[in-house]
Amino acid sequence: MDLDKLTALELAEKIKQHQIGVLDGVKYVFDNIEKKDPKVHAYLETWKKEAFTRAKQVEKGIADGTYTGPLAGVPIAIKDNICIRGKKTTCASKILENFVPTYNAEVIDRLEKAGLVIIGKTNMDEFAMGSTTETSAFGVTRNPWNTDHVPGGSSGGSCAAVAAGETFLALGSDTGGSIRQPSSFCGVTGLKPTYGTVSRYGLIAYASSLDQIGPVGRDTADCAALLEIIAGHDSKDSTSIDRKDTDFSKDMKGHLLGMKFGVPKEYLSEGLDPEVKESFMNALKVLTAQGSIVEFFSVKTMEYMIPAYYIIASAEASSNLERFDGVKYGYRAEGCTELHDMYKRTRTEGFGEEVKRRIMLGSFVLSSGYYDAYYLKALKTKALIRQEFDSAFHKYDVLLAPAAPYTAPKIGESLKDPLAMYLGDIYTVAVNLCGLPGITVPCGTDKKGLPIGIQMIGDCFMEKKILRAAVNFEAGRGAFPLAAEGGKKA
Amino acid sequence: MAKIIDDETIENVCILAKLALTEEEKEKAKADMQKMLDYVDKLDELDTEAVEPLTHIFGSDNVFRDDVVTNGDCRKEMLANAPKAREWQYQVPKTIG
Amino acid sequence: MKQYETVIGLEVHVELATKTKIFCGCSTEFGGAPNTHTCPVCTGMPGSLPVLNRQVVEFALKAGIAANCRINQYCRFDRKNYFYPDNPQNYQISQLYLPICQDGWVEIETSAGKKKIRIHEMHMEEDAGKLIHDEWEDCSLVDYNRSGVPLIEIVSEPDMRSAEEVIAYLEKLRCMMQYLGVSDCKLQEGSMRADVNLSVREVGSETFGTRTEMKNLNSFKAIARAIDGERERQIELLEMGRAVVQETRRWDDNKESSHAMRSKEDAKDYRYFPDPDLLPVHISDEWIARLKASQPELREEKQQRYQEEYGLSAYDAGLLTESRILSEKYEETADLCGNPKKAANWFMVEVLRLMKDRGLEPEQVTFTPGHLADLIQMVERKEVSAQNAKKVFEKVFEEDIDPVSYIEEHGLKIVEDTGLLEETLQKILEENPGPLQELLGGKEKVFGFFVGKMMKELKGKASPDAVREALTKEIEKRK
Repeated sequence: MDLDKLTALELAEKIKQHQIGVLDGVKYVFDNIEKKDPKVHAYLETWKKEAFTRAKQVEKGIADGTYTGPLAGVPIAIKDNICIRGKKTTCASKILENFVPTYNAEVIDRLEKAGLVIIGKTNMDEFAMGSTTETSAFGVTRNPWNTDHVPGGSSGGSCAAVAAGETFLALGSDTGGSIRQPSSFCGVTGLKPTYGTVSRYGLIAYASSLDQIGPVGRDTADCAALLEIIAGHDSKDSTSIDRKDTDFSKDMKGHLLGMKFGVPKEYLSEGLDPEVKESFMNALKVLTAQGSIVEFFSVKTMEYMIPAYYIIASAEASSNLERFDGVKYGYRAEGCTELHDMYKRTRTEGFGEEVKRRIMLGSFVLSSGYYDAYYLKALKTKALIRQEFDSAFHKYDVLLAPAAPYTAPKIGESLKDPLAMYLGDIYTVAVNLCGLPGITVPCGTDKKGLPIGIQMIGDCFMEKKILRAAVNFEAGRGAFPLAAEGGKKA
Repeated sequence: MAKIIDDETIENVCILAKLALTEEEKEKAKADMQKMLDYVDKLDELDTEAVEPLTHIFGSDNVFRDDVVTNGDCRKEMLANAPKAREWQYQVPKTIG
Repeated sequence: MKQYETVIGLEVHVELATKTKIFCGCSTEFGGAPNTHTCPVCTGMPGSLPVLNRQVVEFALKAGIAANCRINQYCRFDRKNYFYPDNPQNYQISQLYLPICQDGWVEIETSAGKKKIRIHEMHMEEDAGKLIHDEWEDCSLVDYNRSGVPLIEIVSEPDMRSAEEVIAYLEKLRCMMQYLGVSDCKLQEGSMRADVNLSVREVGSETFGTRTEMKNLNSFKAIARAIDGERERQIELLEMGRAVVQETRRWDDNKESSHAMRSKEDAKDYRYFPDPDLLPVHISDEWIARLKASQPELREEKQQRYQEEYGLSAYDAGLLTESRILSEKYEETADLCGNPKKAANWFMVEVLRLMKDRGLEPEQVTFTPGHLADLIQMVERKEVSAQNAKKVFEKVFEEDIDPVSYIEEHGLKIVEDTGLLEETLQKILEENPGPLQELLGGKEKVFGFFVGKMMKELKGKASPDAVREALTKEIEKRK
C-alpha cells in the first residue's frame, strides 16, 4: 500500500478495517525520517522505541474500544514549544536546552486520549521568532521540496515533516503566520484556529494574546479532524473559550453556491511575486467555478499591520521571556558570583540574535516615556484593524489572501535584513491581531517547483466556513502531492 | 521622526532586558532598532485619538477558579530542572539585603 | 530652628486569608517545608498559565466596600516587570491601570481626636517567594511557597502627620480586615506589611517635600521608630541646605537607621502592561449588592450595640471589640451566662491579664466561652468563691477544662449543708476559748477573727456570708 497517498483520516480508517496496522503507519514514518531527515532536519528529537510500544498499545486500544476517534493510530509530530511531560522541550533555544517539563500541555493530553502516536519534537525558529526556521539554536530545517530553500517558519519543522512524509500530522503554533506561511512554503495544509479555541496551557508563550496551537496535515479534512481533537475548553487557560461548535468536520462538504469571498485588493499590489499572484488568481477561478462569488475590496489599514504586530508581539515577548534567567530551569552561565551578572550572561549566551532583537525592541516600547507612543498606539491600531475586518465580514463569508508574498527563499538569505523578513508576514499577521481563524491550502507551484498556498480567513468562530471553502477548493484543484526529492514532482 | 536610538537608550534597554552586549553588538542593535522604529513610525499617520486600545480580543465573561487546594507536593520533579539547588531550594548568587 | 511638618502616606500589603494562591491551586498555609506548596504556575514554569481565584476578588471587594471605596466594575491585571529571584516569572501580576477599588477613606482616632485618612486605591497582586541568605556558602536560596499568595495593596493618600496617626491607621486597617475575615494581618508572619512614604515640609507650606519610601518594617514599633528616624534625617539634610533624594530606603531596626537601596541594575522602570494571560474582571451591580448585604458587623457597629444591648460603657465596649475573635468569645460568654456586665468584667480583667502575662494574641486564646459562662454562673449562685473562681479560670484559660467538674473534683464547691459548717464552727470555738469569752463579752472586733479562722479552715467551701450567719446564730445562742 502506498502510504504517501493516504491522508491521516484514510490511514485511521484502514487501521480500523484491519487493512493496515498502527505499527505499519509508524514504521512508514520512521523509514522516511531515517531516509530524509538527515538532510531535511525537521525533527529535534524522535522516540522510535517508545513510538513502537505506543503503537502496539494503541492497536490494542482500538480493538478493545478504548480509542474510537477518527485519528486513532495516526503518527503525529509536535512542535518543540509544546510541553510533553518527561520530554525535553527546548523551543529550539540553548536557554532551554535541558528543560524537561513535569506537565503535559493540554493538547498532548487530548492527543493521547484520542489514541494518536506521538513520534517526536519538530524544529522551529527559536521561541517561534522567525519566518524561516533558521533561528533555531539546533540547526536549520530544509524545505523537502528543495533543500536549498527554507521551509518557512516558525513551525518549519512541523510543516517540513508533513511534506516529507516524516509524519502524517503535526502540531504547530501560529503567532503571526507561523503555521500558515510554512504550510504554504512546504505545500501542506495548516490551520490557525480562532484565538481561545485551543488551550495554550503548556505552549511556551511567545506573544500570549496572539499565540494559538493549530494542526498541520496533508489536507483540509485531516486538519479539521485534528482540530476537533485539540479544541475545547480548558480551565487551566483563562483565555480558553467554551465553544459548543467544535464539530469542525461536520458540514464541510456542503457546496459553495452563493458563498461570498472577499479579496483585499491592496494585498495584490506591489511586493507580491508575479508567480504567486498568478497562482492565487487561478485559485480564485477554481472557487468561482463552483458557484461562489469573489469580490475585491479595499483594506486601508494594511500598511499598519506589520508595525502594530511587531510592537505588540515584541512587547509581550520581552515580558514572557523574562522567566528564562538561569534560576529555575534551563541554561545558566558558568561561574557567576553576582546575581545580575548571572542574569545577563545567562540570557546573552542562552538567547539567539533574533530573540534578543525582539526582547530589546519589546523592552523599549514598554519603557517609561515610550509606552503611549508605541505600545498603546499599537493597541489602538489593532482596534482599527479589527474594525476593518469586522466590516469586511459583514459583506463576505471568507476572505482570501496569499499566505506569503513569495515562495520559500533560499537558506541564508532572509536573516541578513530582519525588517525585510518581517515584511514577509504582511498577509498573515492581521489574522492573529484580530483573533481570526485562517487556513492555508496548497494552490500550485512556481517555476522552481516550490509550493504556493492560498490563505482563507474567516470571522471569529467561523472555522466551518473556511473549512468548507478549503475542502471544495481542494476538490476543484485536484490532488496535491507530498514533496518529492529534488522538488521536481509537482 | 522616530526617536533617535543612542548609546544611552541601548544601555538602558540592556539593563531592562538583562542582556550584556559587546560594543559591536550594541552598534548593530542600535542600527536595527533605529531602522525598526523608523518603520513603525508609520503608525503616526493614523488618527487614533478617539480609539480605545484593544487589549483583549474576547473577555466579556469572568473566568475564575474556585478556592480549593488542587496541587500536591511536586518539588522533587520541579527542582530537578534547577541549574543549582540546595536543601530543596533554588540556589542563586547572593542577593544583597 | 524652623518648624517642620511630617507628611506620610502608606502602602500597606495585606495577605488575604484564602485557602489557595491567587492564580493556582497551591495551598497558602504558612510554614510548609521549602517549595512544598509550589506548582508550575507559581514557579513560573514555561507554558504555565494563571487562573484567578474568585475568593481573592470577593475579599478585595469586601475590603474596598468597608473602606468606602468606589469599585471599578471593569478592572484588569497588569504585569510589573523586574528581575529578582523571589519573583519566578520576573514579572509580578498586579494592577496599575484599573485597580479594583479607588477613592475611599477610613476614620482614625488619636489623642487629637478623629480624622479621615483617604485611600487612593486598593489593588490585587501576588506575593513573592522568600530568599534566605546563606553566609557560609555566599549564596541565596529561594523558596516559592509564598510566591503567588494573594495580596491587596492599600495605598493611602499622604494624609498622616505623625507616627501616632500611622499606627492608628494601621490598627484601624488591621481591625477592619480581621472583622471582615479577609486577612488575619499577622505582622510577625508578614501577612500585613507597610511601606512608608515620608516627606517633611515647613509648617504652613502648601507644597509637598521630596519623599522617600521606607521598606522592611515588620512591627508597629519599627514603623514608629523608622518614622521618627527618617523625619530627623530629612530635617537634618534640609537644615544643612541639602536636598532630600527621592529613593527607596531599607530600615534596619537593630541599628535604628535606614540606608538607600540603590543599584545601577535597578532601572525602576517596571514596564507595566495589561497581562494578556488574564481576562478583565467585570463586577456586576448584583455582586456588589450581595457583598454589601453580607458584610459582617464591623467594630464601630458592634461597639454601639454593646452599649445599647449590654449596657456597657463606651470605653468597655471599645476594649472588648478591639479584636473580632475576642469580641465573639465575649458575646458568646455573655449570652450563655446571661450577665453581659459580669462577663465583660471577666474579659477585661482576667482574660486580658492572662493574655498579657503569657504574651498571647487573640487567635491564640482557645478556651470555650461556655466554660467561662458556667464559672460566672457558679460564682453568681455562690457555689464557688470569687477567689477560687479566678484560680479555676486560669485552668480554663490554659487547658480549657470543664470548671463544673473540676470544682466538684477538687472540693472547691461551697457547701450549702450546715453539717460541715456547724462542725467547723464548734471546733474553732473550742480551740479559742479566750477570744470566745471576749466575743461573748461584747467585743465585736473578735467577730472578724473567727470569720477568718473559719474561712481558712473551710478553704472556701462556704461563703463568708454563710459563715457570718452561722457564727452570729451560735453567739446569740450562747449569750
